[in-house]
Amino acid sequence: MRGPSIAHIVLVIAVLATVPLLTPSNVVLNFLTVALLIALVGQGWNVLGGYGGQYSFGHAAFFGTGAYVTAILQMRYGVNAWIAFALGIAAGALVGAAIGALTFRSGLKGSYFALVTLAFAEVLRILASVAPITGAGVGILITLDLRPQAFQFQSRAPFYWIVLALLAVSLIIVRLIERSRFGAWLVAVRENEDAAKAVGVDTARVKLAAMTISAAITAAGGGFYVQYFLFIDSGIAYGPWISIEALLAPIVGGIGTVFGPLIGALVVKTLGELTKLIAGDAPGLDLVIYGGVLILIVAFAPHGIAGLLTDLRARFARLRSSVLGRAHG
Amino acid sequence: MLSPVILVPAILNGLLTGAVYGLIALGLTLIYGVLHIINFAHGALLTAATFAAFFAHRFLGLDPYLAAIVLTPLFFALGYCLQRFVIGPAAHGEDRNILLVTLGLAVVIENLLLYAFGADTRTLNLDYAFNVVDLGIAFLALPRVIGFGVVLVVALVLWLILSLTDTGKAIRAVAKEKLGAELSGIDVGHIYAVTFGLGTACLAIAACLLIPTYYVNPHIGNAFVLIAFTIVVLGGMGSVTGALVGGLFIGVVESLCGLYLGESLGQIGIFVMFILVLLFRPSGLLGERA
Amino acid sequence: MVELRVERVFKRFGGLLAVNNVSLAVEAGRITALIGPNGAGKTTLFSIISGFLPPSEGRVFHRGADITGMPPHLVARRGIVRTFQIVQPFAGLTVHENIAIGAHLSRRSRADALDAAAEVASTVGLGDLLGRPAASLTVAGRKRLEVARALAAEPELLLLDEVLAGLNPAEVATMVPIIRGIADSGVTILMIEHVMQAVMRLAEHVFVLAEGRIIAEGAPRVVVDDPRVVEAYLGHGAAARLSAAGGAHV
Repeated sequence: MRGPSIAHIVLVIAVLATVPLLTPSNVVLNFLTVALLIALVGQGWNVLGGYGGQYSFGHAAFFGTGAYVTAILQMRYGVNAWIAFALGIAAGALVGAAIGALTFRSGLKGSYFALVTLAFAEVLRILASVAPITGAGVGILITLDLRPQAFQFQSRAPFYWIVLALLAVSLIIVRLIERSRFGAWLVAVRENEDAAKAVGVDTARVKLAAMTISAAITAAGGGFYVQYFLFIDSGIAYGPWISIEALLAPIVGGIGTVFGPLIGALVVKTLGELTKLIAGDAPGLDLVIYGGVLILIVAFAPHGIAGLLTDLRARFARLRSSVLGRAHG
Repeated sequence: MLSPVILVPAILNGLLTGAVYGLIALGLTLIYGVLHIINFAHGALLTAATFAAFFAHRFLGLDPYLAAIVLTPLFFALGYCLQRFVIGPAAHGEDRNILLVTLGLAVVIENLLLYAFGADTRTLNLDYAFNVVDLGIAFLALPRVIGFGVVLVVALVLWLILSLTDTGKAIRAVAKEKLGAELSGIDVGHIYAVTFGLGTACLAIAACLLIPTYYVNPHIGNAFVLIAFTIVVLGGMGSVTGALVGGLFIGVVESLCGLYLGESLGQIGIFVMFILVLLFRPSGLLGERA
Repeated sequence: MVELRVERVFKRFGGLLAVNNVSLAVEAGRITALIGPNGAGKTTLFSIISGFLPPSEGRVFHRGADITGMPPHLVARRGIVRTFQIVQPFAGLTVHENIAIGAHLSRRSRADALDAAAEVASTVGLGDLLGRPAASLTVAGRKRLEVARALAAEPELLLLDEVLAGLNPAEVATMVPIIRGIADSGVTILMIEHVMQAVMRLAEHVFVLAEGRIIAEGAPRVVVDDPRVVEAYLGHGAAARLSAAGGAHV
């Protein structure tokens, strides 16, 4: 069966988990925490876009909802941070189901789907920028309360392990999907919807389920973001930056693969850091690089880094067998 | 609240703004009608054109209406090259890839402008920007009236190009039946690039028309492009008449919404309409079946 | 027993009447053919039967139950599976995975579906190509894949849309016994076909569709000699010219 096994996933996670034990550097930990966060958000996009073939340009809608619900429940209603976080995920899933129900029922696909998801994210952004409950233009600050019960910690390491755990769960979810009938149906929908329908696949339901799962995973990223940075506003929550990073990570790493988003997130974030190092902190430059990378990947490596690795492996195998063949022949 | 003294100017102003919206939408619908792609880079290109018009005035002293003469062919060439050498080759013809490449371009262009010129909002101060045309029932800003006229002329010129020139006929042929056009000897790649160039040229003109009365910053394109998308979807993907009529309609709607709901919520009205049209009638009111 | 009944179905596309008052009945366990010149409306009829298009008027019954307008995936779950005239493979997947998706109609577990798919693959002669990407198959291979995927869904009524089109005589000769074998295992088959030798060898009953209406039906030999059928294919007056020239046998 294609794809990594659960054992592979556990191994990778275990290796990553040792990082805080190997370096006390907050810079490294911070970098990796953000990278893993983007990997998580990207994994959410990957379920719908990579496996399902439906490219959303508005995943910010789910990220922002997860973030805002987590923040609002804590700050305005005194709900426990962890419960707020869980509810944030549920809220994100609900928004995903709602948008999915509307768009898939209308049969929207391809560019139209991308457009409508973009529009939904923008509507939410504008609403959040004026609504009192989201703090309007000012945003929401989470009160500092460095206790585990409040989903805040004195040091960076616990944050790192939590986002790693969330990522691990998302990797396992995707792996399970890959091996299930639902996953086969999802991929069939991506490849050819009519053919899928002709053999009994309820394509609308499958897409809706994928969207809901996708939204939930991305919302978890949003909830974590707000606990880590303790601040959220409409531009951060629902802005184009996160919609773009959500799709960039899986596309660069390998769309439709389990580890794609993780590889992609690490590469993209490293590129961002390098850019900052070389050219300073001016706003916009990192996104310019990201846009360029997106175009380059689509042009030269549409299956991302994972695809390149698979190609290399195949070429190496062919080379090996031809060399061995000649050696024996 | 519904007194004509307030309504009529709002509607007239809406029509004037709507004309420029229509021009922006025209470029978009032309590209869709021929290449069958939704150009996500449209807004960023408009922003670039706006910056170009701004700097043409700042450094060359060119009045925007004169700058249009220079910028239009320049942006035509830019659009041509983008389609011929970036979008076309990178996408390998796959729809999903085209989506991503135009998105990538949008991100690159917009953020290049942000990086190069900062996030500050700038405005042009032109002597005649505040002149008005007095119609008795309403005062209309002179630049907007000029804008309306220019859009009509551009629409006419475009219509003439499409109906009478060989290239125009080739464009229509490719829009209708790409394979047949190719078999008839038409260089489809070239036609695609010409069409994209025309669409981008429309943006250059629109930018010059907007700049006397609007501001300039790297995010301006976003605001306009979603309006343009709404118009195109409403008027029908690929319908030139739909884009112009839709533009006027949306201009009026925006004006009235702004009157009753205020600036930012007025924008929402447009988005909501956009989503509703996409969900329930994606072929638009005048266009081809999606 | 009547497996499928189509009753007075019309289909309009704007001003075009693609299907014009078509009624037909398909007996269970038989191979029935639907023939006629290009553009006659045969594939449109298939799309209506399988739920991809609603009829403008008329009804479709499956074993007595009204399935008119039922969504395609539900039609498939009732046991009616169609192939497509222009083959629709899951291009990015392997042959094995393609067929397995058909098998998943009645099987939950991935392993079961893959096993069943492998079996179906060998029945149609694709057993050696399981690991190949579907996009790398020849036309003949893709047609076989189309049939295999439909077969894996364990249909009771199989709608084959020109599965022999574009195949050379040798390829046709290998496909015919495969189709015969499917019918022998109890599956009812309704096939659109242009390759007449296959129709003659396989079909027990034939419907002829021209310009959207049924112009003849019956046993293959009878239908093929019917002057109206000859005219539909060869043009007005052709039947008379042919019989004047000394008999016509396709």
